[in-house]
Amino acid sequence: MHFGLTEEQEMIVSTVRSFVENEIYPHEAEVERSGAVPPGLGEEIKRKCIEMGFYACNFPEEVGGAGLSHLDFTLVERELGRGSMALTHFFGRPQNILMACKGEQRERYLLPAVRGERMDALAMTEPDAGSDVRGMKCMGVRDGGDWVVNGSKHFISGADHADFFIVFIATGVDETPHGPKKRITCFLVDRGTPGFEVRPGYNSVSHRGYKNCILYFDDCRLPDAQVLGEVDGGFAVMNEWLYATRLTVATFSVGRARRCFDHALAYAAERKQFGQQIAKFQGVSFQIADMITEIDAADWLTLSGAWRLDQGLPANREIASAKLYATEMLARVTDATLQIHGGMGLMDDLPIERFWRDARVERIWDGTSEIQRHIIGRELFRPLGA
Amino acid sequence: MKVLVPVKRVIDYNVKVRVKADGSGVDLANVKMSMNPFDEIAVEEAIRLKEAGKADEVIAVSIGVKQAQETLRTALAMGADRAILIVAADDVHQDIEPLAVAKILAKVVADEQPGLVLCGKQAIDNDMNATGQMLAALLGWSQATFANKVDVDGDHAVVTREVDGGLQTVKVKMPAVISADLRLNEPRYATLPNIMKAKKKPLVEQTAADLGVDVAPRLTVVKTSEPATRAAGIKVGSVDELVAKLKEKGVV
Ligand SMILES: Cc1cc2nc3c(=O)[nH]c(=O)nc-3n(C[C@H](O)[C@H](O)[C@H](O)COP(=O)(O)OP(=O)(O)OC[C@H]3O[C@@H](n4cnc5c(N)ncnc54)[C@H](O)[C@@H]3O)c2cc1C
Repeated sequence: MHFGLTEEQEMIVSTVRSFVENEIYPHEAEVERSGAVPPGLGEEIKRKCIEMGFYACNFPEEVGGAGLSHLDFTLVERELGRGSMALTHFFGRPQNILMACKGEQRERYLLPAVRGERMDALAMTEPDAGSDVRGMKCMGVRDGGDWVVNGSKHFISGADHADFFIVFIATGVDETPHGPKKRITCFLVDRGTPGFEVRPGYNSVSHRGYKNCILYFDDCRLPDAQVLGEVDGGFAVMNEWLYATRLTVATFSVGRARRCFDHALAYAAERKQFGQQIAKFQGVSFQIADMITEIDAADWLTLSGAWRLDQGLPANREIASAKLYATEMLARVTDATLQIHGGMGLMDDLPIERFWRDARVERIWDGTSEIQRHIIGRELFRPLGA
Repeated sequence: MKVLVPVKRVIDYNVKVRVKADGSGVDLANVKMSMNPFDEIAVEEAIRLKEAGKADEVIAVSIGVKQAQETLRTALAMGADRAILIVAADDVHQDIEPLAVAKILAKVVADEQPGLVLCGKQAIDNDMNATGQMLAALLGWSQATFANKVDVDGDHAVVTREVDGGLQTVKVKMPAVISADLRLNEPRYATLPNIMKAKKKPLVEQTAADLGVDVAPRLTVVKTSEPATRAAGIKVGSVDELVAKLKEKGVV
């Protein structure tokens, strides 16, 4: 067993860390204030990231990526997690589900996404179908050789900057002993496709400037050439490619918690009340002790999940545990950091209130905490017949 | 032409330094260390010379503890071709003084025969600003310090220097020692492909003893202390109030 990073990994971590500190941190206050990424800045971050060879580094070399392992990529994302999501979005990490592209889809979607020429967004959630993905109402009906799609998707992140969308759509219903079960197909949908519209979404307390949108399909005609994977094979591509994205949320949470922790540590060592540094009160230093313990635990849990993927070991339960624990850890760490800062913690002069707000969504998206617990329980009990 | 770039491993510029309890120096245990920022600028300039076809090879050299390997790997990841590590201490708290560093570098220069030594103007840990000058003296080479712009042209270089109150342009004969100032360039980030390649680039290790240089300190640190804390400022409501306050203080 070996717990150290290799020299390459150390350099990857320090390079991404200094990129985030120098190219992302200075613009965060403006994004928070205006709720948007200043014009041109996203493109500039993207250009620099491409120059550094980090763009789409999660993709294999044969399609133009850097071929990073899950572990290396998790380290990259941990450092990115320190910065504003609205901005680190442009440190491009296209959805790796695009590896399912076949034939001319590679030239139209996969390769331009890896090159940073076209950006993607992924759409599963609907107003009436969140955790229950299969409950989706957005439906495609066969008409000639095409699909005619009606319905909507909401909460779609990054849709404002996306050139195309990876959309899960119901394409049929099977009658089963447990009742009707929808068949799902994954489609590639270009912005501007007739009958398809992207509208502004809601304002969220978390991650200002990282926008979510609503997608509308109104008799939108999609040929079979737009199907990613197989017709009715939506769950197959989803399971093959998407379950690792929970590691992204976990490792982002670890990175952000470490940044937040540095504020807590420094403030506790500096702030004086009752004639001494507040760190001298066990009520404060014990909170700090718990924080770092939980951060380290979440970090190792997450990295070991990534390592398991690299080893080809089963990782579904472990990744669910990492996502669950890291996001709940982040909530506790940001809350305790705010508490340690007292009233100043709530003021937007410091980034603490932002860390606290941003933490909230991590327990919800990419599968809520309850859904992760459900997965963990199912993995444990299924073999026992319970 | 070969370019030799000395790089120093120093406490990271983002780290808030802490003076050791006994005042003997700054605490370096478990502190983030990085390449001296001025040396990063020197590495960048050397790589640009290579990209412009004016240099064939960029060699990074570091003198200090074994861990300076990491600093050299960073230089390699930025684009240096190979690296030389001269181990001269095993305690991270032992600083090798400029004269010893210059003597070691002079030996490396004798071995490598570079046409140019590009160094940082000073290291941000002790701010000595002496190594480049001493090296030029030991070698009998021309020197151009505090470079703001470097133009190498065959057997000479035109260097714009940052001097008090402005810029000064000098023409120096090659070979030369040039030291980089802050505005010479903006160093690049290591690229991912170069990070992956860095490990495969040659890094040879020698010791100060191999080169026959005595690194025993000649300077004595009497005391290290925290800078005095600044008193809080005040906010003024208007320009008039500002002027009045300044007059009150006798500043204007
Ligand atoms: C800012 C933001 C951005 C997003 N970006 C995207 C995106 O880019 N693409 C995309 O497709 N989706 C996106 N989502 C959607 C996100 O994945 C869903 O919000 C999430 O899956 C939960 O769905 P829901 O909000 O409909 O909650 P619901 O599923 O309605 O859940 C409500 C509550 O019921 C609980 N619950 C539900 N089922 C169970 C169960 N079986 N057992 C126990 N408890 C249960 C949940 O845990 C939750 O507490 C985004 C969401 C947000 C907030």
